[in-house]
Amino acid sequence: MAGATGMSVLSAARVAQPGTAMMGHWLAIAGITGFLGLFLVIPVAMVILVAFQDPSTGAVTLVNFADFLRNDLFLRAFRNSFYVSIMSVVWASIFALPLAYFTTRFEFRGAAIVQTLGVIPLIMPPFAGAVAMQLIFGRNGSINLLLGDWFDINIPFMEGLNGVIFVQSVHYFPFILINLTASLRNIDRAMEEAAQNLGCSGFRLFRRIVFPLAMPGFVAGASLVFIKVFDDLATPLLLNVKDMLAPQAYLRITSVGLKDPTGYVISVVLIVFSVLSLFVASLATRGQDYATVQRGGGGLAKRRMNPAQAVLAYAVIGLILLLVLAPHLGLGLLSLATIWSYSPLPDGYTLDHYARVLGESWQFISNTLLYASLAGLIDVVLGTAIAYLVLRTKIAGRHWLDYMASAALAVPGVVLGIGYLRAYYGVSLPSGQSVTSFWFIIVIALAVRRLPYALRACMAAMQQVSVSLEEAAENLGATKARTIRRIVVPLMTGGIVAGFVTSFATAAVELSATMMLVQNTSDAPLAYGLYVFMQSPAGRGAGAALGMIAVLIVGLSTYLSTVLAERDRAAKAGAAT
Amino acid sequence: MSANDNLSRAEAADIRIEGVNLSYGKTHVLKDVSLAIEPGEFFAFLGPSGCGKTTLLRLIAGFNVAQTGSVRIGGAEVADLPPWKRDVGMVFQSYALWPHMSVARNVAFGLEERHLPRDEIVRRVDEALELVELKHLRDRKPSQLSGGQQQRVALARTIAVRPKVLLLDEPLSNLDAKMRVQVRSELRELQSRLGITTIFVTHDQEEANSICDRVAVFNDGAIQQVGTPIELYDRPANLFVANFLGTANILDGKAAGAGEARRFEVAGGGHFVIPADAPVEDGARLVFRPQDAMIGLPAGEGPAGAVVTREFLGATMRYVVRIGDGDIMIDVPHRAGAAQFQPGDRVGVTLDPARAMFLAR
Repeated sequence: MAGATGMSVLSAARVAQPGTAMMGHWLAIAGITGFLGLFLVIPVAMVILVAFQDPSTGAVTLVNFADFLRNDLFLRAFRNSFYVSIMSVVWASIFALPLAYFTTRFEFRGAAIVQTLGVIPLIMPPFAGAVAMQLIFGRNGSINLLLGDWFDINIPFMEGLNGVIFVQSVHYFPFILINLTASLRNIDRAMEEAAQNLGCSGFRLFRRIVFPLAMPGFVAGASLVFIKVFDDLATPLLLNVKDMLAPQAYLRITSVGLKDPTGYVISVVLIVFSVLSLFVASLATRGQDYATVQRGGGGLAKRRMNPAQAVLAYAVIGLILLLVLAPHLGLGLLSLATIWSYSPLPDGYTLDHYARVLGESWQFISNTLLYASLAGLIDVVLGTAIAYLVLRTKIAGRHWLDYMASAALAVPGVVLGIGYLRAYYGVSLPSGQSVTSFWFIIVIALAVRRLPYALRACMAAMQQVSVSLEEAAENLGATKARTIRRIVVPLMTGGIVAGFVTSFATAAVELSATMMLVQNTSDAPLAYGLYVFMQSPAGRGAGAALGMIAVLIVGLSTYLSTVLAERDRAAKAGAAT
Repeated sequence: MSANDNLSRAEAADIRIEGVNLSYGKTHVLKDVSLAIEPGEFFAFLGPSGCGKTTLLRLIAGFNVAQTGSVRIGGAEVADLPPWKRDVGMVFQSYALWPHMSVARNVAFGLEERHLPRDEIVRRVDEALELVELKHLRDRKPSQLSGGQQQRVALARTIAVRPKVLLLDEPLSNLDAKMRVQVRSELRELQSRLGITTIFVTHDQEEANSICDRVAVFNDGAIQQVGTPIELYDRPANLFVANFLGTANILDGKAAGAGEARRFEVAGGGHFVIPADAPVEDGARLVFRPQDAMIGLPAGEGPAGAVVTREFLGATMRYVVRIGDGDIMIDVPHRAGAAQFQPGDRVGVTLDPARAMFLAR
């Protein structure tokens, strides 16, 4: 299917006459619509439909929702999910606010550290850190053992919902940090100066001008954190917290079966909340352009810190850095540990775990590389095609391609997984195997989930290619197809690579959709293997080693994409001058 | 009209700047700047980008701090006051309207910061908006306004607090050419109605000349000359001012002879007769405006040269003539059917001796 879409895009790009160019456009549209229809719209529609259907008669009904509301477990799950998401936003804000404020308001060396710190947590799957956090912050973890020895106290960092909140806020606070920092940096300095000029200063200035102007960035980041936490399946499961919405959906489908309506009702709840928070985020960011830097100076006026402030700033940053690096540190130690239990540090160190995962469990790694690469490839082909159709043609309704692809943002992984199972469980391949147990369905799920990000990158890249550059080529005799090949695609390379890497890196550690779709371990990707290993105390070392490899893969590809993007920008800047 | 009377009650203040030096690291941005601006004056800071004019404006508003020197507004030293205690109204180049507030809230902001009574604020917001004819848009958000309207809201926001002086940082630069001409005459009218001391920063000599009482020409962090637009044009203090305001012919050469025979010998050949008492420093160059010389058939006093090119500008024909080593421009008023010269023609140039200027730098 994906191959067919790719072909139609290429054929659109290779034709010469306007008539056939139109043909190519329509073929591309048909391919994209078919792909998204089959693997996004139909499965999700199916899930929503089933939630409103009477399980036995198939009649439209609200009885499933009524059952949901009558069931204490589900209501508790809902309350817990909501509570955990809100508290994660609160704690993520507590981590992010001082960092954002320090870096944008003051001149000091720590800014670079904070920048780096902002990406580190994102290159690790949150559930991978969860086990390491248990070992460090858990009831019998390093910190509490030490606290017990010294002060005879035990802080329940990781008990029940606390653990989920802690892990999620440490993992996702960069979303708030990045958005808030960007939004503070983008405030035109004149906005602040105009207020000072009219007699406003100090905290009033912050409250009346700076804070309202930075609000959109904060809200955008916060709603992203909210929805990521609300939808997440793997972290609560790994911490053995089952009474939350996503785990309940998963457990109902896997234990009770595909016919049980509760999983679908929960899915609808998850979708509704996703859409709501995306809506809030879009409301917040709308019209933000106006306040952004115009001619005459950007960003808030920077101040120098006095020594006391500097000490305070470094202390806060150091503490947060320690917290944020804790999962990585813990995971690294665990992957090298012989035994680590009831002691602040492991008893001894070994490389056996790495030998084990690189040997007998190599398929997890190779599967991940294969799946994530294929998903990334599908995403950039679709992304480039959609970007071209939306930005460079006048075909009526072309924006719906963009809307449809972006709609995947609002579909939690669990829901997509359930949708695939529901829609295609009964559909067989020629070999007799069910479509849903064929490994390629995992690739498709990953591609659909990551498409919105890749599409944004491709759109941005194409917007930067001025139409006049294309017109100049056509004016000199190049056909539409040759113009695309010789001018548009080379100039878009940076964006396409960025899109590919984003898709690849995030697909490599995705677990929620995958978890629903993996049918046997030999087809499973790394994230799933990690999850399986982490189930048993004996597998923890190997799981941690696998986690470190995941961190390595994601870290390397992120680094690579920054280097490539930098080189691309430098090359273009050189050409422009 | 009562609204305007209320706003204009604020007393006009003078501005005295003395010995101001300002550096960013090794960059000396303002070099020993001194300046006196009289109460009620409409004053322009004119100069190319990077000349220090905006830096000085921001210094007056309190957004820059000078290493030395004093700034007095209405007799009071303000160098140590933060921006919010200076009572100096500034209209920003980007307008800096706060997007999260309506037009009326933007205008009310400064009054609220001054803790005026509620009804007083409402009244003065109305006055200010009436003055810029935008009362009907009071509930709009800034993003819903055109560039010209945003500019007027920014102006209303500033004059609503009745500041001692009004600072305008390139207020016309974000408007299109037609709006620019309209807004600048509105600005002039508003300023004379309010009688407020106003500084207008611009890089456009036409803007400065058309609306300002006096102009300070800036270059490279120093004031080159202060005067009325006509003084600056007719008697530039140096080559920079001569070149920056209008078009000037500049010829290398040296003065020779005395009395009746005193003349300026152009490098490369040819000479102009100049007044016997004309002060010509060593290394000074001959400077004159294109409309102050005439061309005719080669004869008599002036030097002769070949027409290089000509440009028809409508009211005038601009000839470029090679004299010695240099090319000079000569504007001849155009009338239908008048005789014309062609490129390559040999012509004689005569210069009104009274119009010749000699500038060493």
